[in-house]
Amino acid sequence: MSAALPVLTANDFASDQDIRWCPGCGDYSILAQMKKMLPSLGLPLEQIVFISGIGCSSRFPYYMNTYGMHSIHGRAPALATGLRVARPDLKVFVITGDGDSLSIGGNHFIHLLRRNVNLTLVLFNNRIYGLTKGQYSPTSPEGQVTKSTPMGAVDHPLNPISIALGAEASFIARSVDSNIKHLAATLYRAAQHRGTSVVEVYQNCNVFNDGAFSYAQDKATRDDTTLELEHGKPLIFGKNRDKGIRLNGLHPEVVSLADGSVSHDDLLFHDEKAESTLVHLLAKMRHPQFPEPIGVFRDIEIPIFEDQVRGQLDSAIAKRGAGDLNKLFRSGDTWEVA
Amino acid sequence: MSTDTPQAHAAKQVQVVSGITVRLAGDSGDGMQLLGTQLTNTSALAGNDVATFPDFPAEIRAPRGTRAGVSGFQVQFAAHEVHTPGDTLDALVAMNPAALVTNIGDLRKGGLLIVNEDSFEDKDLKLAKLTTSPLDEPWVENYRLAKVPMTKLTRTAVQSLGLGVKEADRCRNFFAMGMVYWLYGRDLDATLRFIQAKFSKLPDIQEANERALRAGWAFGETTELFGSSYQVEPATLPKGTYRNIMGNQAMAWGLMTAAHLSGKEMFYGSYPITPASDILHELSKYKNFGICTVQAEDEIAAICSTIGAAYGGAMGVTTSSGPGIALKAEAMGLAVMIELPLLVIDVQRGGPSTGLPTKTEQADLLQLLFGRNGEAPVPVLAARSPGDCFDTAVEAWRIATQFMVPVVILSDGYIANGSEPWAIPDVNSLKPITITHPTGEAGEKFLPYSRDADLARPWAIPGTPELMHRVGGLEKQDGTGDVSYDAANHEKMVHIRAQKVANVAKIIPPQEVIGPSEGELLVLSWGGTYGACRTAVLKGIEEGRSVAHCHLRHMNPFPSNLGQILGNYESVLIPELNLGQLRMLIRAKYLIDAVGYNRVQGKPFSVSELVEKIAEMTSGKQNMASSKLTSRAG
Repeated sequence: MSAALPVLTANDFASDQDIRWCPGCGDYSILAQMKKMLPSLGLPLEQIVFISGIGCSSRFPYYMNTYGMHSIHGRAPALATGLRVARPDLKVFVITGDGDSLSIGGNHFIHLLRRNVNLTLVLFNNRIYGLTKGQYSPTSPEGQVTKSTPMGAVDHPLNPISIALGAEASFIARSVDSNIKHLAATLYRAAQHRGTSVVEVYQNCNVFNDGAFSYAQDKATRDDTTLELEHGKPLIFGKNRDKGIRLNGLHPEVVSLADGSVSHDDLLFHDEKAESTLVHLLAKMRHPQFPEPIGVFRDIEIPIFEDQVRGQLDSAIAKRGAGDLNKLFRSGDTWEVA
Repeated sequence: MSTDTPQAHAAKQVQVVSGITVRLAGDSGDGMQLLGTQLTNTSALAGNDVATFPDFPAEIRAPRGTRAGVSGFQVQFAAHEVHTPGDTLDALVAMNPAALVTNIGDLRKGGLLIVNEDSFEDKDLKLAKLTTSPLDEPWVENYRLAKVPMTKLTRTAVQSLGLGVKEADRCRNFFAMGMVYWLYGRDLDATLRFIQAKFSKLPDIQEANERALRAGWAFGETTELFGSSYQVEPATLPKGTYRNIMGNQAMAWGLMTAAHLSGKEMFYGSYPITPASDILHELSKYKNFGICTVQAEDEIAAICSTIGAAYGGAMGVTTSSGPGIALKAEAMGLAVMIELPLLVIDVQRGGPSTGLPTKTEQADLLQLLFGRNGEAPVPVLAARSPGDCFDTAVEAWRIATQFMVPVVILSDGYIANGSEPWAIPDVNSLKPITITHPTGEAGEKFLPYSRDADLARPWAIPGTPELMHRVGGLEKQDGTGDVSYDAANHEKMVHIRAQKVANVAKIIPPQEVIGPSEGELLVLSWGGTYGACRTAVLKGIEEGRSVAHCHLRHMNPFPSNLGQILGNYESVLIPELNLGQLRMLIRAKYLIDAVGYNRVQGKPFSVSELVEKIAEMTSGKQNMASSKLTSRAG
């Protein structure tokens, strides 16, 4: 019989290591919300594992009083896949950044999603390489001037939500480091999901890319520049909740609800279970033409990789019995030398 | 005696010979590999010692009839112990002109040359880039030529089944097989069983192949083309139950056995690559043994998923070949840093880059020893023969878990695809592999980088209360495992990791030598060249030369008595299928001016070239007393 679990607090999840992010970094907020959210899962510390790649955000596991691994650049999804297959009893989180998951680790990122391994991946998107001191990243906008692009970046940026949709991820969400209530709630939803849950977090790098997401962070503007997705509800935004998104053919458009000519029923209603084409339209809504959706884009249930891998072991045993090496070695053609 | 195998007429002569080397050569896709495997199994079942050498192109179906598309399978079966598939051929079966001209050079003078006469038409010659038929060349006189209209005879044999021409012609290889079986007094039973199982869902094809096989046998018996048949008596192998085994299969079974002996579930992460993929195929069959195989998205994910599983407490294994190993290098460094047990298996092939995917080479030794950033030592073991892959796999996992370190196993294309009789072990009699995972005490600080007597750190697995800890690629503080940039600590940790690997030498058995314990020449070899080197040295000893053989399995660390052994001989010869990688290590470590014998042609050594080299480096006939065969622990 298991004894009643002690009730944990955010502090119980803090390790004894000094945190070495730059003062003012958005990572602090994400760490705080994660620690605050974790006790609500009701899991003991030893059941939780954080796996990260390389980059500023990937130092995260060192600051958690759980099991953890700070692995190599881009590979955390692959490590976590192996761990989950070997140990489906563990609660696994992957911590990664835009460079880690979309550049050097792009391959592992999409394969994690198409397999639907049961874990939560938090993608700290600051649109810059911070640890290597300020080169452009795969999410940096075109034209961005950085140390490695003095005349401006010429690459078209990747959109993490679109990539996740393209790989048919079963749970996709977005939040903002400074919007702490929304962030904690989104992390909680992601952790409850069965399958791979991806949470893109807009994270400010105040040293190398300060203000990249200021439109979404500033309390003064964020109600007009972001749109909180709610399942089954129409897409409404604005400080006075007087603007909405309407679908015109296959094109979303911003409409005013102020004069009463457009009603709520005319708006696009959010459906987390919708076919991915519809979700793509949301992913493509970018600032400043549109408010950027935050919250859960997609939440569907599909088979989990490790359940199926392990299910095959079980059915093989059920069908053929547990393997016997001595029997196997002596199967087929053998001969005796006396 | 089988009731299914027809009896030879008493009229035909039977010559008793001690051993035979045969090569079957035809189009890739003609079923030469299948035939070779059948001949091997049948010969092994007859009690012969066997050694094989499949040699095929990298292309799956190279253009028909061309030289590039020739696929060959060589087998030596003998009434005595054999370590190699043989140098020169006693018989060559050539299914087309391309197969003939690309293989004839290996047939001994006076050897038997069997050709499919029907495939020497003008169009066949053209495909092989020949203007005249090689069968009309004067050099054919050097061989005993048997021209057999295999296509016509096969069509006749299967005629009443009403198969299409294409399907009928596909039975040709079994006709050839039947002839070879008659020639060498082989039993048809095992191959008939094989045909029945393989084509059980295609009764017509099954019947056709059976008829072709029997027709080939009958043809051999009645034709005047072959003067006599040959008989090879069973070899005297040590007592036991035997089966034929291929290197990749033995590797897979060794891994499964290691998992069983250690009570661990195996997690196997792999990405397809020639010539290692058969290990993935083999392990994937045995899910009822609790083996999780994951075909990863790339080589890096293959090893990283394995490291993740090892962190979770599983037996982690990944396999690849040279190009894939190059991709895994960074992750191997992580495994070195976080000190987790792991097996990385390299089935070597010709390099660099894509190189010669289906050909063998030994040129990855230095890559595996040194191909990582920083000081990142790992133990490296090398298997010497197909069956030896089994023992090497078990030993590697024993070392990995005792020392908490990733261990490399080197195999190569030659032993991976080659086969030999294997004395089946009783798994229950093998020594268990003991692994302890620590448990936590409340209030006690856990030190994930504390050390035992071997310098191994504890393998604490997630889910264990009170032992929560973080590992990673950044340098670790001795003891606590916290991130540390301290200069003295870094140096200390580099030394600890090196010493830990050096400590492996304490548990590996002393190196053995075959031949005189001191004298003129020591042949030092490693990996898949074992058979050729051993055979050549035994020949040298037979000739009265002062030569001994030392074959290494442990490439890092070396056995502790190796230096002493090397000092007992006037010179040391190191034959390798590379430009001298072991030689460089031996020279560096023992300051001995070892001589190399190096070939990089994508194929194994022939015994004769090594015999010649040994003769060149020894003075000739010695006092037989000093050359007496001895096996000793130096």
